[in-house]
Amino acid sequence: MTSLTEDYRRREESITLSSEPAGTGETHELFTLNIGPHHPSTHGVLRLLATLEGEVVRDIKPIIGYVHTGIEKTAEDKSYWKVIPVVERMDYLSYYFNAMAFCGAVETLLGIEVPPRAQYLRVLHLELNRISSHLFWLGTSALDIGAIGVFWYALREREKVVDLFEMSSGQRMHTRYFQVGGVMEDIPRGFDVKVRKFVKEMPSRADQYADLLSKNQIALERLRGTGLVDQETLLKLGVTGPLLRASGNPWDLRKAQPYCSYDHFDFKIPVGTTGDNYDRYRVRHAELYESTKIVEQALEGLPEGPFIAPDRKVALPPRHELATSMEALIHHFKLVTEGFRVPPGEAYYPVESPRGELGCFVRADGSAKPARVHMRDPSFSNLQAFAPMVRDEYLADLIATIAMLDPILGGIDR
Amino acid sequence: MEIRREPVRDPSDLRIRQLDARDMLQGDLEDEDLNRYVEQRVMTTTLDKAVAWARGNSFFPLTFGLACCAIEQIHIVASRVDIARFGWEAFRASPRQADLIILAGRVSIKMAPVIRRLYDQMLDPKWAISMGACCSSLGVFNNYALVPADKFMPIDVHVPGCPPRPEALAHGIIKLRAKVQLNPPPGWRERYDAVGTEELLPASTESPDISVFRPGDTAGA
Amino acid sequence: MPDATELELTAQELRDLDAESVLDTEFHRGRAVLLVAPSKAKPVLEHLQGKGYTFLASLHGVDYYPQEPRLGVLYELLDMRRVDRISVKARVSTDAPEMDSVVDLFPGAEFPEREVYDMFGVVFRGHPDMRRILMPEDYEGYPQRRDFPVGGEPVLFTFNEQASYGKDL
Repeated sequence: MTSLTEDYRRREESITLSSEPAGTGETHELFTLNIGPHHPSTHGVLRLLATLEGEVVRDIKPIIGYVHTGIEKTAEDKSYWKVIPVVERMDYLSYYFNAMAFCGAVETLLGIEVPPRAQYLRVLHLELNRISSHLFWLGTSALDIGAIGVFWYALREREKVVDLFEMSSGQRMHTRYFQVGGVMEDIPRGFDVKVRKFVKEMPSRADQYADLLSKNQIALERLRGTGLVDQETLLKLGVTGPLLRASGNPWDLRKAQPYCSYDHFDFKIPVGTTGDNYDRYRVRHAELYESTKIVEQALEGLPEGPFIAPDRKVALPPRHELATSMEALIHHFKLVTEGFRVPPGEAYYPVESPRGELGCFVRADGSAKPARVHMRDPSFSNLQAFAPMVRDEYLADLIATIAMLDPILGGIDR
Repeated sequence: MEIRREPVRDPSDLRIRQLDARDMLQGDLEDEDLNRYVEQRVMTTTLDKAVAWARGNSFFPLTFGLACCAIEQIHIVASRVDIARFGWEAFRASPRQADLIILAGRVSIKMAPVIRRLYDQMLDPKWAISMGACCSSLGVFNNYALVPADKFMPIDVHVPGCPPRPEALAHGIIKLRAKVQLNPPPGWRERYDAVGTEELLPASTESPDISVFRPGDTAGA
Repeated sequence: MPDATELELTAQELRDLDAESVLDTEFHRGRAVLLVAPSKAKPVLEHLQGKGYTFLASLHGVDYYPQEPRLGVLYELLDMRRVDRISVKARVSTDAPEMDSVVDLFPGAEFPEREVYDMFGVVFRGHPDMRRILMPEDYEGYPQRRDFPVGGEPVLFTFNEQASYGKDL
């Protein structure tokens, strides 16, 4: 036997099989593992340099930038109207929220009022997007911890939501439906019937997912007690959203700083107790029910009126006016070629996206193109909390924690 | 509901075929009749074509998704547009076991060498689908941070869309399957230095950090 | 949001503590901004943190290109108890783009400060890991400055395919 194998044998025979908790004070050598940008369980191209001691993670260093698209730089080059599709593709699971944050910021700078029908339509689509984002998260996270069946069911529901988006705007994803001043188009006939049908069956489907996962022994063992971080650390790190709510802090911008007539709706905020992975799963799952309630209320209470601000300098005039009115034609021409001008100023508009506080900072300098667009992405700040979550946990729990953290690399890298 | 019953086109045709089959089994068919029998029932092909046909129906794609197109790619695995209809549902995590890479999403300059290394590690013959506008031609984002995939690796099928519907991606993979079943020569891949598979040989087998078991060294293994 | 009078009171408080800290106040469309001198940004943030603005919502950079000083760093603070937001703006010029890091006050500033360094070139003194976060490590240039070109590729057609793509590059 060579000396290498002798050493290995000796070490192997000296290990006593007892159930020691992680980190018992014996130091073994540290081993750096690269969980590379291409890995089946990192949600997107996230690279993690994990320093392991045996199976226990001692430190983690996330390396990002593998899908950096220069969205903010591209947005400076385009007129305000054209920035909306660019900015939508940032956090690619919650596209309406990106558009909402940007449109809200520009509307603040312009000082225009969004009509109530547009606000309700916006809330309807935002909450449907929240449901679809949580369903996708549920599907892929269950896939990561091994419950492959939930993946098929969650995607089946998500197809229904995405069908609704296709009905209202023509596109499944990145719909460019929100415009500055309101929404692009009114909902078609038959939309409300489909939404009612969806709303009626969604709670029972969410019950099915709960039946599969919430009291499942494997899910409980993998998720309960892992990835625990206390609330103060999370607040210091700038974490918001379901991660913060799972640790007991009921901070939700929809209730705290209501925007876009969220205060007209009656819904609850699910809050966890300990802040471990299981609570994060339960909080997001409970949000499915609450969002369904909001969708129902928004549909039933949809007021009549214009679906976009009547200010012709900002929003396109309806097409039938173009044949008769000269001003409408001129406005249409100016808006399509140059775009509207925004008076100089800066605005920061935060919304509550499925991952936390998504804010959009817009600096306008009086021309038709924004001078700076910055999106404060929730996953970017949430990723900083990842290191305290997985310190002194097993490698398998690290995978479950990434799943529960719900990072979207498009938002992190922008 | 109307039930239509169609008569057999030529009632004697079926009978002739039955008699032919009986004769063949008894060894009684001769020359002309035997040739006609074989033509009617047996598919002749070359081995290449058969292999290409099998290859086209059994791709192992790599689990690889970058950005928004990955969401639609995952929808193609789901039940409405089912990639398992084509036999391609076995997504493999390791590039060494995969032969198709679907570039779903935008390729940034930091990610490009990683993708090229993944592509090199795949086994020959390997195929690549560029899904969406961003990896084919930068799409919405024509700026400093992205690079189109054609610049560093050979792509077989480009699927346009932003993001393409799962049905569009299915159309793209049907086109790729048709292409593969024609068994095209890999000549143009030489332009990208992409023929073959990359294998890493250990830098030094005597290094104390890596314990390499030499053949015959079974004790302690 | 603090309204305009409250903003003035806050600015007055800060000026009482340190005369040159707050250079200006802005109140536009319901958003309160304190313009501070870059060297005094950290004490101002510490004072505001003591006043209740304990949550750093966003830290980002802006390039005010033709106007000097050019590079601005903005801190968006949030008071969760009173549901109040206030912004602090500090502007540095490209000749001396340095500021003090606030990672010890707000640990959540780690990644955003790296991003401001990566995109604008503002170096934060005292940051534990000051290197590029989004661009590759050896990238030269600061992409989001206004004078950095947007870049991009010419569109690939059949006539320029052979010339620009593949091994012959």
